[in-house]
Amino acid sequence: MTSQTTDATAAPAARATKKRAGAVRRLLRNPLGVGSLAVLAAVIILGQLGAVLAQHDPNFSSLDAINLPVGSPDYPLGADQYGRDILARLIASINVSLISGAIGAGVAVVVGTSFGLLAGYRGKRTDAVASWSFNLLMTFPALVLVIVLYPVTGGSYQVMMAIFGLFLAPGTFRLVRNMVVGVRAELYVDAARVAGLPTRRILTRHILAVVRGPIIISVAFLASQAIGIQSGLAFLGLGDINVPSFGMMTGDAFANIYLHPDQLVWPSALMALLIGSIILLGNAYRDALAAPQSTVKRDKDARRAPASTQVGHPGADSDSSRSGDGVRTNLLTVRNLRVRYPQTDGSEKAVVDGASLRIDMGEVVGLVGESGSGKTQTAFSILGLLPREARVEADELTLAGEPILGLSPKEMRRFRGGALAYIPQEPMSNLDPSFTVGSQLIEGLRGSMSKREAKELVVGLLDRVGIRDAARVYGSYPHQISGGMAQRVLIAGAVASRPKLLIADEPTTALDVTVQAEILDLLRDLQGEFGMGVLMVTHNFGVVADLCDRVAVMRLGEIVETGDVRTIFREPSHPYTQELVGAILDEETLRTDPPPVARERLEGNR
Amino acid sequence: MFRFILSRLGSGLVLIFIVTTGTFFLTHAASVPVALNLAGPAATQEQIDGINAQLGLDRPLITQYATWVQGVLHGDLGRSYFSTEPVSDAMANRLPVTMSVVVLAMIITLIISVILGVLAAARRGVVDTIIQAISTISFVFPAIILGIVLVFVFAITLNWVPAVGFTPFLESPSEWFASVILPAVVLSIGGIASLSAQIRGSLLDELGKDYIKTLRSRGVSERSLLLRHALRNASGPAFTTFSLLFIGLFGAALFVEKIFALPGVGTFGFTATIQGDLPVMLGLTIFSVVLVVVVNLIVDLVSGWLNPKVRLS
Repeated sequence: MTSQTTDATAAPAARATKKRAGAVRRLLRNPLGVGSLAVLAAVIILGQLGAVLAQHDPNFSSLDAINLPVGSPDYPLGADQYGRDILARLIASINVSLISGAIGAGVAVVVGTSFGLLAGYRGKRTDAVASWSFNLLMTFPALVLVIVLYPVTGGSYQVMMAIFGLFLAPGTFRLVRNMVVGVRAELYVDAARVAGLPTRRILTRHILAVVRGPIIISVAFLASQAIGIQSGLAFLGLGDINVPSFGMMTGDAFANIYLHPDQLVWPSALMALLIGSIILLGNAYRDALAAPQSTVKRDKDARRAPASTQVGHPGADSDSSRSGDGVRTNLLTVRNLRVRYPQTDGSEKAVVDGASLRIDMGEVVGLVGESGSGKTQTAFSILGLLPREARVEADELTLAGEPILGLSPKEMRRFRGGALAYIPQEPMSNLDPSFTVGSQLIEGLRGSMSKREAKELVVGLLDRVGIRDAARVYGSYPHQISGGMAQRVLIAGAVASRPKLLIADEPTTALDVTVQAEILDLLRDLQGEFGMGVLMVTHNFGVVADLCDRVAVMRLGEIVETGDVRTIFREPSHPYTQELVGAILDEETLRTDPPPVARERLEGNR
Repeated sequence: MFRFILSRLGSGLVLIFIVTTGTFFLTHAASVPVALNLAGPAATQEQIDGINAQLGLDRPLITQYATWVQGVLHGDLGRSYFSTEPVSDAMANRLPVTMSVVVLAMIITLIISVILGVLAAARRGVVDTIIQAISTISFVFPAIILGIVLVFVFAITLNWVPAVGFTPFLESPSEWFASVILPAVVLSIGGIASLSAQIRGSLLDELGKDYIKTLRSRGVSERSLLLRHALRNASGPAFTTFSLLFIGLFGAALFVEKIFALPGVGTFGFTATIQGDLPVMLGLTIFSVVLVVVVNLIVDLVSGWLNPKVRLS
């Protein structure tokens, strides 16, 4: 029984180990990684060979040797102003630096990791106390304290580095704690917990496996900082005079700078070489851990290329059921739209795969499908709002006859804030929290009118969308208004430019049921008033039945059925549509006017 | 807002208490031979005992601590054992030098970091590489090496600025600038490395948010999205980093002063630390911690003001 649970829960740890092993292999294939590793190894070996290479004790000073030049017999790199062998001192300094780095980084990692694991895993009180303490520690004036506490160390650089390591710990603590909080939420740790593994084993086996990579990277930076600070302290004369170090050598040479500036080169160069190799090794290891992402080639032209292929198909219509209808004029045409995203393994994933759609002037078309069917991706492709890495192609994507795919942001602005408008799903996150409602609504209008005209227009529209005291809301910040009101604000913002096509992405999903009905009413009214074409993206057939003239059913990136709303409701032909239509019987949100009580409550809320 | 300030002041006082008390007991327990340092190696035991009695170092630690706290609460930081100068006067004389360097370094850091961070968020690619390079340089060449290189190139070889010394701002602004620009540049490298990366990250976070998408759908220009909306919302976290930097730079300034032979708090503090001049060491500590608390409070107020949710509540 025990062995069984161990097997099941060991899998993620094994996966982390595997990933790390891959990272080490990638590190060794990276010239930067191999180079910095080789330099670091060479410097370390040089430090160990001190007794063989150097002819003198690093602290032995000879009056005969004062300021000997490079290449003197017995003094290959010359001697300093006290007649000490520069090579011997350099070699001794390597070891002091390495020990400093090891102690500083070691203390920081041990303290930060143990408390980070504890705080992240235990949570609640433990987390609160530990986080508070480390936040406090982070604001300590570390360097001042390291200097002031110098007498406490008795001149030992090792103790000094241990104190400094303590001040470096908060960074590691936060790193580990945040990762553990993330990992803790994942299922496998819960599984291990249920299976009765003791807490300590959960921590070490599972969580440590995940946080090990980032910790190794941070060691490089911590060690470099410790080495830098140790040399700084020694440079200033804080430290045992009998312990040669890069800092002390630099300080001695600095005092001698007018006579023999060349003596500065050796300690500076070797210290830079040592720290540089550690830092670059850390960088290379980080790149190696993140390698799958970085190998994805970013194709900058991907979005522009298809623009050429879409020209010259005016009037092409995939929707055969309406192609003979000459009364209404064509507004939006989407033909064979494909949206793909590059994946971490270098392949591409298609989220929209050949969707075609047509909307006439003043027509309301529903785009329905379950989440993940590609309906929002289709809508965002039309708006040009997909993230940079998305690759969008289509045989045709035109708005009122003009191609709108692959335009530069500047060209696209002719349409957005003009003929094309958008109502988002989640009202609150779609308002900039730092600006008043009014200032963000008029910003897009400022190109075509004065500030005062824009304000008049927006206040009028706020009033029109049913906001009482529109002038006050105009000057309010988003956090001061309710979610339902925020959605009205966004609707006002969308229709302010008198768009020909309004794209609404689940405009009622995030709202209270009672507010939903009001928002749908409002949309219907505005659509009639302005004669807009509307693309209503929704998963709710009730909304479709309520508002739409026509409906397109989307599934797995393809449009499986298009047709008149009534026809589709009466006799859905595709099995998936049948399933969806069947499901609405369970839904309670087929729109009816809200009961009086709810309406009263709403009014009161405003 | 008022309660918020009170709670921050409260934790500030806790910080001041912990750090100064810890430093007091650690340094006093370290048994630095203060009297021996004062009287010289030839002093007799009676002379040493006399000095210890005079300085009050023969009393129990807790009594010494009580006396010191009482003094501090009355604004008296004591006198230097060695120069007998009041610690607060000595600090006040040297502070303008250190703060000149730190403030100039902070200004340089802020300007260059905002430019680099914004460019990196807008263009990525090349600017990202520049930020990476600055970060690597700031690690590979610790302040002392960078400082020495700058002194060697600009002061000794090119003779553009004086290698050592400080000119007060009021005496001659241009000479003041020449005397602090090199140390300020040395300090700002590390600051630019961390702040520009932070600004870049926050901006990219903000640019990925919903409200940017909606503003873009209303025809707001990319320039305004980046410089007005994203930058405004990213400024809170950036300010927090900025405040931590300030404390770090103040500490680093103490090191850099030596290279440029600036008569600032650092040079003063180092001498005190080597001699075991306890009142000066404690004075430096208390000043740094108060500085931390004040800076944090200012940053809290500014971030509160930047965030309408906090400002209006």
